[in-house]
Amino acid sequence: MKAYDAVIGLEVHAQLLTSTKIFCGCSTKAGLPPNTSTCPVCTGMPGVLPVLNRKVVDFGIMLGLATGSRIAPRCIFARKNYFYPDLPKGYQITQYEHPLCEGGSILIETAQGVKRIGITRIHMEEDAGKTIHDEKAPLSYVDYNRSGVPLLEIVSEPDITSTDEAVAYLRELRQILMYLGICDGNMEEGSFRCDANVSVKPAGSARYGTRTELKNMNSFRNVQRALQYEIERHIEIIESGGEVVQETLLWDPSRGVTVSMRSKEESHDYRYFPEPDLVPVEIDSAWIDSVRSALPELPFARRERFIGQYGLPAYDAGVLTQTKAVADYYEECVRLLDRPKEISNWIMTEVMRALNEQGIPITELIVSPEMLTGLIALIDKGSISGSMAKEVFAEMVDTGESAGGIIEKKGIGQINDEEELRSLAREIIDAHPDEAHKYRSGKTGLLGFFVGMLMKATRGEANPKLASRIMKELLEE
Amino acid sequence: MKITDDEVLHVAALARIRLDDDEILSLRNDLDKILGYMDILSSVDTTGVNPTHHPLPLVNAMRDDREQGCQELADVLRNAPQHDNGYIVVPKVIG
Repeated sequence: MKAYDAVIGLEVHAQLLTSTKIFCGCSTKAGLPPNTSTCPVCTGMPGVLPVLNRKVVDFGIMLGLATGSRIAPRCIFARKNYFYPDLPKGYQITQYEHPLCEGGSILIETAQGVKRIGITRIHMEEDAGKTIHDEKAPLSYVDYNRSGVPLLEIVSEPDITSTDEAVAYLRELRQILMYLGICDGNMEEGSFRCDANVSVKPAGSARYGTRTELKNMNSFRNVQRALQYEIERHIEIIESGGEVVQETLLWDPSRGVTVSMRSKEESHDYRYFPEPDLVPVEIDSAWIDSVRSALPELPFARRERFIGQYGLPAYDAGVLTQTKAVADYYEECVRLLDRPKEISNWIMTEVMRALNEQGIPITELIVSPEMLTGLIALIDKGSISGSMAKEVFAEMVDTGESAGGIIEKKGIGQINDEEELRSLAREIIDAHPDEAHKYRSGKTGLLGFFVGMLMKATRGEANPKLASRIMKELLEE
Repeated sequence: MKITDDEVLHVAALARIRLDDDEILSLRNDLDKILGYMDILSSVDTTGVNPTHHPLPLVNAMRDDREQGCQELADVLRNAPQHDNGYIVVPKVIG
């Protein structure tokens, strides 16, 4: 078989975290009873006029700046005409010519190093309603609560050449959206949706093959599986002398195949034209500057800074910056206690485990940065051992009590009382006169034996360093 | 005529409209006239004139992101020929 190159372009729809819809004042809250968050505008009643939500433009500019895109000084909306019951007006208000942003890019990490994936455009549009199909009757049920919820559509250049790169791009883009606080990034619930254009061509060829469009991939895993399946399907068709048909396909995750979605006569004919109900949006440099000044540090930059500033390995920096909340938690801990690597270890293991077990974000963890660093400080001081600290941490997660409180209450904690250890050590030496004699005649290797006895006598709670020092002192008296 | 029957039928299909032969002819005539008007517009020399996307000289008509209240469910459903538990019921569509 010849070698082939895959060419992948991705289209992401990100639902924006505004309070209200893009063109009316209805709430965007999810999970409301059907059709209770609707009004004449978002149900497409005749004679109504849409009015643009300023925050949608703000969010679009934020993403544009975060991806190094050009922000259009003037952009317009367009009507995309098609018939479907979830689209009450018979057209979707979107942007076609003159979108909000063009010409950006995102950096991703690949096995070959950092790669730049171009972003063709970012535009604003309204979401459609939701349709549920009846299993038995020839009926569909329509809920317009989602109709008019603002979306940003982010279109990549066909710069992506493998399924791994596709997933890396999506992860990075999702992370940026979440860092900016403009999208919750939930793929299963559809607030971060991905379509893909796929084609293959003989390795090194400049000519693109015929592409197909893939929909319905609602997890990173499904994106990977669907793209892999589709690339292999294209190669098989070409190898057997056939031709790939340009069409839209749905990924069927249960069967692991792609299925043709639209028949040919319904091929895209959207008859776009400028939306007469909305006036153009003009964005001056003052508007852009005010958005820019509120931009948070972005994931890629933060990762690099964590490596440089805290001396963390790249792996740690990657894990800690996966979400803004975890990165913020980490930095708050480091501010309180200058032990960057220890804190990183604790967050990556014990803290992450607790979050997974409870299924909560770090913002809801009962153990605050103050409490975690309090615990780590106790280990540093030698008050408790590392393994005891893990038990204490588990208790902190359950009860919300401070490390100090738990140690005191349970009577655990290392014995640091010199007098107590000294008297126990004396008893042990007195009980083992032969060994003590041997030690004193030069067999100093027996120190381990005596320290072991002392640890045993304290059920392992003696501070090992202190135990060893005291034993040595007494034996050498 | 500039417009063919097939084009009329294509546009009708996109709009989910069924047409009989008389209607096809009459719409063909109407669409033809409309395209004729467009030809007149197209004949104007617009060299150096920026495209007009909107007839009004307004820009940036926007609102703040504040909830303004919705419609009563009963009113939302009033225009729906069929509804069930708050959902609007339509003939089954898949695709």
